[in-house]
Amino acid sequence: MPYFSYTMSIIKTEIRQGAYYDSIILMQLQAGLADLSGVENVGVMMGTEANKALLKQTNLLTAEAKSALPDDLIIAVQGHDEATVIEALTKIDELLVKRHSAIEEMDYLPQSIEAASKMLPDANWVLVSVPGRYAADVAREALRFNKHVFLYSDNVSTDDEIALKNEAASKGLLVMGADCGTAIVNGIGLGFANQVRRGPIGVVGASGTGLQHVTARIHQLGSGITHALGTGGRDLSETVGAITTRQSLDLLSRDPDTQVIVLISKPPAKSVADNLLRLARSSGKPVIINFIGYHHPAEIPGIQFARTLDHAAELAVMLIKLASTGKPTKVASSTIETTETPEMKLNQARYLRGLFSGGTLAYEALLVLQDYLPVVYSNAPLDEAYKLPNLQTSQSHTIVDLGDDEFTIGRLHPMMDNRLRIQRIQHEVNDPEVALILLDVMLGHGAHPDPASELAPAIQAALEQAKNAGRNLEIVTLVCGTDEDPQDMAAQIEQLQNAGAHVETNNETAVRYVGQQLQSLNQTSGLAPVSLSTLDQPLAVINVGLESFTASLQTQQAAVIHVNWRPPAGGNQKLMDILARMKK
Amino acid sequence: MNIEQANQQAVDRMMEARPVLVGIGTARDVIPGMQDNLLLHAGAPITWERASGPMRGAITGALILEGKASSEAEAQQLVESGEIKLEPCHHHNAVGPMAGATSASMAVYIIEDKTYGGMAYSNLNEGYGKVLRYGAYSEEVISRLTWMNETMAPVLKAAIEASGGIDIKALLAEALHMGDEGHNRNKAGSILFLKALAPHIARTCGDSNVAGDVLQAIGDNALSVLNPVMAAGKAMADAAHGIEGSTIVSTMARNGTDFGIRVSGLGDQWFTAPVATPQGLYFPNFSADDASGDIGDSTITETVGIGGFAMAAAPAIVTFVSGTPKDAINTTMEMYEINFAEHKYFTMPQLDFRGTPTGIDIRKVIETGITPRVNTGIAHKEAGVGQIGAGLVRPPMACFEQALIAYAEKYGI
Repeated sequence: MPYFSYTMSIIKTEIRQGAYYDSIILMQLQAGLADLSGVENVGVMMGTEANKALLKQTNLLTAEAKSALPDDLIIAVQGHDEATVIEALTKIDELLVKRHSAIEEMDYLPQSIEAASKMLPDANWVLVSVPGRYAADVAREALRFNKHVFLYSDNVSTDDEIALKNEAASKGLLVMGADCGTAIVNGIGLGFANQVRRGPIGVVGASGTGLQHVTARIHQLGSGITHALGTGGRDLSETVGAITTRQSLDLLSRDPDTQVIVLISKPPAKSVADNLLRLARSSGKPVIINFIGYHHPAEIPGIQFARTLDHAAELAVMLIKLASTGKPTKVASSTIETTETPEMKLNQARYLRGLFSGGTLAYEALLVLQDYLPVVYSNAPLDEAYKLPNLQTSQSHTIVDLGDDEFTIGRLHPMMDNRLRIQRIQHEVNDPEVALILLDVMLGHGAHPDPASELAPAIQAALEQAKNAGRNLEIVTLVCGTDEDPQDMAAQIEQLQNAGAHVETNNETAVRYVGQQLQSLNQTSGLAPVSLSTLDQPLAVINVGLESFTASLQTQQAAVIHVNWRPPAGGNQKLMDILARMKK
Repeated sequence: MNIEQANQQAVDRMMEARPVLVGIGTARDVIPGMQDNLLLHAGAPITWERASGPMRGAITGALILEGKASSEAEAQQLVESGEIKLEPCHHHNAVGPMAGATSASMAVYIIEDKTYGGMAYSNLNEGYGKVLRYGAYSEEVISRLTWMNETMAPVLKAAIEASGGIDIKALLAEALHMGDEGHNRNKAGSILFLKALAPHIARTCGDSNVAGDVLQAIGDNALSVLNPVMAAGKAMADAAHGIEGSTIVSTMARNGTDFGIRVSGLGDQWFTAPVATPQGLYFPNFSADDASGDIGDSTITETVGIGGFAMAAAPAIVTFVSGTPKDAINTTMEMYEINFAEHKYFTMPQLDFRGTPTGIDIRKVIETGITPRVNTGIAHKEAGVGQIGAGLVRPPMACFEQALIAYAEKYGI
C-alpha cells in the first residue's frame, strides 16, 4: 500500500504599524491565538531583526513579516486551512481587550449604570430606588443594558410603568414594580425581605408586605420558597394588564424547583383576574390564590383559593407535605385552625381528541382549528410533519378520520358500525391529558339506523369516569342530518344531550367552540418567555439609590455595586429632555 | 447613521490615526494659511482686550522675536490696530502648549497621519522657567528661542528625516507603560524621544558640540516630547472631526480667558465659557492667588484619551493635588463614565491593560454631570513671570451645555 502524508498548512501575517504592546501582553496574545482550534503555530512579536530571526527558525517569516520595521507588530498565524487562520486573525482585538477584569482594591463608585455594568459584568438586576421623577429613566437605562429591574421607587406614572413593562417583556426581562417593596430571587432578598428558607414553593405577589408575610409564614411552617417575585401594586390593574404577574407565573411554571405556586394580590380587575385564572390553570402546577377579598368563581381544577395570607401559606405547605407523604397532614397553625385538606385536583387535561367518521368534516375541522391551535396531529394532517406516528394512539391534539381506509380494513365504515369509535372513546378517556372529545354523528340513508343509541351510553360512561377521577372532560358532538332523515334527528340530538354531550349541527360552529375551549386550556402568558437563568444564576445587582440596599445585599453576600447616582443633567429639565430625545 | 454609529466612526478614526513625526519646517512655509502678520495662539479666538496676562506676554514675546515690536505697549498697538492678526492654532492644523504663541519664522514639528493623511503642527518646547509659552519675553527668553530656531531646529530636522519618521503613537503607548500620562508627565516619553533621535543626531550633525547641546536640551527637558505629542493628538482629533451626527468632542482648548470645545458633528463652532483656575502644587513663593486662568492647547491630549484620562498610568502625578495612587485610578475610572470608548492602543498596566477612556461624549458629560479632568501646568497671571505650578482642572459645564443645545437645534431633536 502506498503511504503518503498530506498536510496542507496555511500561514497568514498581519502587520500592525504604530502599535506598541508590552512583551508580556504579546506573549499572552500569542498563547491565546495558539489555543484556538485548528491553529498550529503562532508568532506575535515586534519586527526587530532578532525577532525576525526567531520567526525564521519556526518557519513563520513570511514575505510580509520579512519587510516589517522594528516598530511594526508582526502577527503570524499558521493553521490547517485558510478559514481557520482568518478566523484566528479576527480574534486578535478580542484577545487583546479580554483582560478587563475588576481591579482589586478598587473603591471607585460608578456614577452610571453603564460604568457599573462594566465593573460588574455579571450584574443581572438593577435595583432602582431614586426619586420617582427620575426612576423611569433609570429603569429604562437598566433595560437598555439588558438587566432585570426591581423598581422600588414610587411616584412612577402608569404610562411609564406600562412602557417599561412592555419594553422589558419584549426583551424577556422583568420589571418588578413600580413601588415594589419585596422580592427574593435565588435566595437573595431585594428591597425588604425576610430571611426565608429555600424550598419548593414559588410566590408571586403584587403586595410587598403580603409577599413578606406569606414567605415568612411558609418558613415558620417548616417549608421554604424557591423564589418570591414582586410585581408592584398596579400590575394587576386593567391598564397594566398583569404583565409582570403573567411573566412571573409563566417563569415559575417552568421552574423545575417550584412545585406549588402561590399568587397573592389585592383584588384585581375582573378581566385581569379571569386571564390570570386561565393562565394559572395552564401552569401544570397547583396554584394557590389569595386575591384579597375576591369572590372566587366555582371550583377550578388546579386552583385553590385561600381566605387569607396565612391560609395561602398553610395550604401551600400542606400541599407540599401531601405530595411528599402521599397522605393529608395537618399543618400546625398558630393563627387559624386549618383542618381541611387542600383539594388540589391538578388539572392536566388540555388536549383535544377528534374522532370523525366523515373525512371531509375531519379535514375542515383541521382547517378551522388552525386559528386556535398551532399543532394538531392526524392520520391525514394538513402538514405532513404532524402525521400521527401510530394511528391507534393519539398524542397532544389529535383528529383522526376513522373512516379512512387504514381503519376500515376488514370492518364496516364507522358510519354504519360504532364499535371502533366507542373503543377509541374509552381509550381516550383513560388519558388524563384529554380535556375534550369531538365526534361527528352522520345521519341519513345507508348510515347506522340509530347511532345515538350506541354512542350516548359510551359518552355517558366516559363523562362519569372522568368525573370520578376528578377531571374535567367535555364531549362535543356534531350531528349532520335533516329532519327528514330516517334516524329522527331531534331524537338523536336529545339522546346525546341527555348523555351529557354538547351538541352542534353546524361543523364550523362546533369546531370553533372546541377551538375556544382548548385555547383557554392552553393559555400562555402571551409574552416572550423570561429565561429560566433569571432564577438560577447567582444574583448580581447594580443598586441605584438607597445605600442601605447595597449594605443589605452585601450582608447576604450577593455581588452588588452601588451607583453614586445624581440627577441627570443636574436636574436641568431642558437638557434632560434633549438627552431623552437623543436616546430614542 | 444614528448617534452611536456616528460616534463609533469618530472614535475609530481617532484611534486608528497614526501620527508620525516626519520633519521640522518654518511656520510660514508649512502651516496652512500662515502669514507674516499672523500670530497663532492657544484656545478659541481672543482679542487683546480679553487676553490674560500670560497670553499678552507671549504675544509680545513672539512679536519681539519677529522684530515687529519691542514692548508690550507696541505689541498691544499692533494687535489692536489689526496690523497683526490673532487666530487660534486650531484654525491652522496646529496646537501649542500654554499661550501657544506661534509666529511665522518659528520652527515647527510636522506630524503626518499615515492612516488618513492629515497633517498637524506644533512649535518646539523651550523647557522650564521663564519661557514664552507662560508669557515671559525677557531677553534670555528671546535668545533661547533664537537658539532653538537657528541651531536646534536644523539638527532635529536632519535627525528626524534620517530616522524615516518617529511613530508618536507607538511612543505614547510605550510611555503609558512607563509612568507617563502624556500631558503633564512626559519623562519617559521624552527619554524615548531622545533615544529615537540620538543615533541620528550623532550621524547627521557635523559639530559634536552642537550635537551635545541639542541632546542635552532634549534630555534635560522632561517636556521635550510634549509638543510632538500634542501635534500627534491634533492629528488624531482631526481624524475624528466632522463626522455628521457625532457627539464626540474633537477639540478642547484654553486661551487663558475662555475654555473652548468643538464637537465632531457640529462643524467648526466653538462653545466657550470662562476658564477655571487649576488646583495644584505651587513652586516656592507662589500661591493660587498668583495663578492665571487655565490656558493652553495641551488639552488635546485628554481629547484623544491620554493626559488626565490616563491618570491611572501615572500615579506620580496625583501628588500635584496631594492624592494617592488610588485617586489616580479613580480619576481614570471616573473618565470612563463620560467617554464613548476604551482605547485600542493606549493601555494602562495599573488597570490590567484596560484601554484609556477615549472620545468624550457630550451626552454623557451632561447626563452624569462629570466634566473631563485635565492635568495642566499653572501660569502666573502676570505677563513675563512664567510657570508657577502644576495641577488639575476641569472645563466649565457650560461649554457642554451649549454644545448639547446646539446639537439639538442642528439635528432637530
